[in-house]
Amino acid sequence: MVHVDSKNALPKLKISGLGKRYGEVVALEPTELTVNAGEFVTLLGPSGSGKTTLLQMISGLTEPTTGTLHVDGRDETATPVHRRDMGLVFQHYALFPHMTVGENIAFPLKMRGAPTNEVRERVRETLAKVQLEQYGDRFPRELSGGQQQRVALARCFVYRPQIVLMDEPLGALDKNLREHMQFEIKRLHREFGTTVIYVTHDQEEALVLSDRICLMNHARVEQIGTPREIYSRPKSIFSARFIGLSNLFIGKVSDAGDGRIVVANSNGSFEARQENCGPLVNGKAGLVLRPEQLRPGPAGAGENDITGTVTEIIYVGSDTRLVLTLQDGETVSVRHDPATTLPALGDSLTYHWPIDVAVVVS
Amino acid sequence: MTAAGLSASPRTFRLRANALWLAAPAIAFLVVFFLIPVGRLLFLSIQGDTGSLTAEHYDRLLHTEVYWRILIITFRIAGLTAFFSLLLGYPLAYWLSQLKEQRRNQMLLLVLVPFWTSYLVKAFAWMLLLGNQGVLNRLLGGAGITDSPLPLMYNEFGVIVGMVHAMMPLAVLTMMPVMSGIDTRLSQAAGTLGANGAHRFWMVYFPLSIPGMAAGGLLTFITSLGFFIVPAFLGGRQQTMLAQLIIIQVQELVNWAFAGVLATMLLVSALIACWIYNHLFGLASLSAGSSTADKTSSAWTRRFGFALLEKLAWITSAVTGRFSQGGRGKILPGYVALIVFFLVAPTLMVIPIAFTSSDFLEFPPPGYSTRWFSLYFNSPIWISATVRSFGVAFATAIAATAIGGLAALAIARSRSRFGGVVFAFMLAPMIVPRIVIAVGLFYLFAQMGLVATNLGLVIGHTVLSIPFTFVAIAAVLKGYDWRLDQAAASLGAGRFQVLRLITVPLIRGGVISAFLFAFVTSFDELTIAIFVSGGLKSTLPKQMWDDMILQLNPTLAAVSVVVLVIVTAILLVADRLRR
Ligand SMILES: Nc1ncnc2c1ncn2[C@@H]1O[C@H](COP(=O)(O)OP(=O)(O)OP(=O)(O)O)[C@@H](O)[C@H]1O
Ligand SMILES: [Mg+2]
Repeated sequence: MVHVDSKNALPKLKISGLGKRYGEVVALEPTELTVNAGEFVTLLGPSGSGKTTLLQMISGLTEPTTGTLHVDGRDETATPVHRRDMGLVFQHYALFPHMTVGENIAFPLKMRGAPTNEVRERVRETLAKVQLEQYGDRFPRELSGGQQQRVALARCFVYRPQIVLMDEPLGALDKNLREHMQFEIKRLHREFGTTVIYVTHDQEEALVLSDRICLMNHARVEQIGTPREIYSRPKSIFSARFIGLSNLFIGKVSDAGDGRIVVANSNGSFEARQENCGPLVNGKAGLVLRPEQLRPGPAGAGENDITGTVTEIIYVGSDTRLVLTLQDGETVSVRHDPATTLPALGDSLTYHWPIDVAVVVS
Repeated sequence: MTAAGLSASPRTFRLRANALWLAAPAIAFLVVFFLIPVGRLLFLSIQGDTGSLTAEHYDRLLHTEVYWRILIITFRIAGLTAFFSLLLGYPLAYWLSQLKEQRRNQMLLLVLVPFWTSYLVKAFAWMLLLGNQGVLNRLLGGAGITDSPLPLMYNEFGVIVGMVHAMMPLAVLTMMPVMSGIDTRLSQAAGTLGANGAHRFWMVYFPLSIPGMAAGGLLTFITSLGFFIVPAFLGGRQQTMLAQLIIIQVQELVNWAFAGVLATMLLVSALIACWIYNHLFGLASLSAGSSTADKTSSAWTRRFGFALLEKLAWITSAVTGRFSQGGRGKILPGYVALIVFFLVAPTLMVIPIAFTSSDFLEFPPPGYSTRWFSLYFNSPIWISATVRSFGVAFATAIAATAIGGLAALAIARSRSRFGGVVFAFMLAPMIVPRIVIAVGLFYLFAQMGLVATNLGLVIGHTVLSIPFTFVAIAAVLKGYDWRLDQAAASLGAGRFQVLRLITVPLIRGGVISAFLFAFVTSFDELTIAIFVSGGLKSTLPKQMWDDMILQLNPTLAAVSVVVLVIVTAILLVADRLRR
């Protein structure tokens, strides 16, 4: 995360109450979001959660129904799209098929009335940055998907917009190329010091790239925070489920005094710290545990445990995961400790965890 | 079922390899009734009296100034028609392409109805509008704007107005699909990169729409080259076009050899236009998006083109910057309304005239009566012509749909490298000017005794309709997912059941529109009918043509209304059934 002197620096981008409806359909509930200069923020969420809508309103391609947008403290809500100092990278690149790679990259410079010499120089320089020096005279359709994506990035970064918006720019690429391009995007972000708002529905990508993640669901923001914050302190069941693998015990909550609470269901009752508990609705809640937080063996002081039979053993490369089925049929994923011998299917195992690590969400 | 599954792969393979045979009826039909007659006609032009080869007929062409003049006039009128059709039609096509799909299909009727409206009815309407005693001159005189009638007709102005009115729907219908296929995200992308409206249009949208313009220009140019209805009625002696000359050579002078010469000129011009379209059209390479084709010259044209477009963009933004935001938004809809009025109003004006009580073609009519309709309905000549047109159109629609549909199926299912050749051959009757096909068939039918027979008409109309049915059915087959057939087969459906329960229901819409388009093509057809039908065996358009040449009368207005109603009804039915 880039740290800004928050006392005198205005946020780069400030969104207040920005919302969009299409007739009856709410594409985005009024939303608040503040992005600092140089920050890389990812909008993450399932399909239809309003990510594209939010991004397009920031870019000016879609008019908001409510709310305002401030860039560097200036109100830009009504600025037409071509006057905003922003760059947008589309999912399917949107390269101009009738222009060569060089002409595509020169386009934004020409629109800004840059002199011919400077245009030529900047295009050459930017092509070199994305390792496409040889390709300036080719047409987009003569390039591979990854190369086209690099051209799209070059076309966007060439005019040094202060804010770059990307809508699932890697959606059409295969896994290897995606990872390579993620690296490339990260590098461009660092080199130009640009503020980036990035849309994806791939949680891994969001974790790799972002300074902060803005988790979206059902046309609103679920949670905003650093990847670590969201992983270790999910604010809702949705957040817990969407990022990383999680085990969830849903049950009734009661106060056990002494800063502790108890979540009880048919598998037993589990303690957690009051301070790790978000706001609750009508006494029901879920206790979130990450697989790596559970350790083999029975509970000691200040710990909880569960016992179940091994019903699946999943090999995932770096790790082996065990699935335990508890008495009432619920399942729990745990990480197998590579130092111990692998259990067999049907073995009964007990795992424990310190009560400090569990998070309780509604 | 497992046995069927196992045997399926070799059988589908054989079916694929052999699918091109489904095009055999179409190929045979077009060879006999299109390729041979046209070839024969061209050959006549180099045949002397004794059957030996000779260049004497071309000699005559070269040494007669009047023919040169007609050739030049033909090119000039066709060129101007194509130019104005594109220029005036482009904003309409653009407007249509920007609409949401459902609304676009509704609004498209505003172009489709004029497109399918009989050329004769349109020419008739313009005669009523533009004549010395016509509607426009009376309005102008009545308002005291002019003292004496303006010469609006029997000159180039009249011909161009009539031709543009006749051809613009074709131009719009050719451009529109290309325009609506332009990815809207490209314009958006240009916007985010800093391009204002004018730059987005000139530098991104316009170059991408050029293939549509080129195709629209080509089709209107070629169709205009062989056109005779509008110049015959709205032009003077100075506007005689090549096709009219061919008709005179065949019908009055019976000079086949010279008709062959003129037909060759027409055909060669059309082919040159196609060739230019394909190879030399420098602007088309703007959007071709390939750097492999001859690099230096096309790169130079491209650069020049882009520089020009950029200038246009700066000029446009400077000019439109003077208008208010709201004022700018009204220009296009206003223009579209005006053009649609131009396309639709003249033919609509025929309707009140058909109900006139007067013996003359006055507008507005002095009183109301249905006497001209009863005259039509009680006239054995008109009724028999109408009935004949219906019968011929029905037979044509069945034949053309079957033959063209099988050929489309062949193309869709075959991977043969001859597919492209067959495809081009199926479309050839659209490229070769109708008058050439008509005269060629007339010569053939004269030898076969098919002149003045319904069979001859059906054959001729089927030749003209096959490109339409082929394209309509090929279009639905292209979007057809053949895996559905395989899925149905794997679920236990036999081959016939697959056809009946899956294929036919899914392509029904395309087949029905193919049928109706063939029907309307035949119902409206005049060129072949002029030669092949006649006397007591006239079709409705032929009867109208004869009457219009003799004298304009209110019965013609009544007949026009009947034709208008029938064609519009068919179009509406086609539109409904396609959904
Ligand atoms: N032009 C529109 N008209 C009507 N509804 C729309 C329109 N655009 C978006 N919506 C609706 O708004 C909601 C949010 O759409 P949006 O495109 O922002 O989702 P998204 O998060 O980008 O999804 P995806 O991951 O699939 O791209 C969806 O329910 C969508 O159906
Ligand atoms: Mg989206």
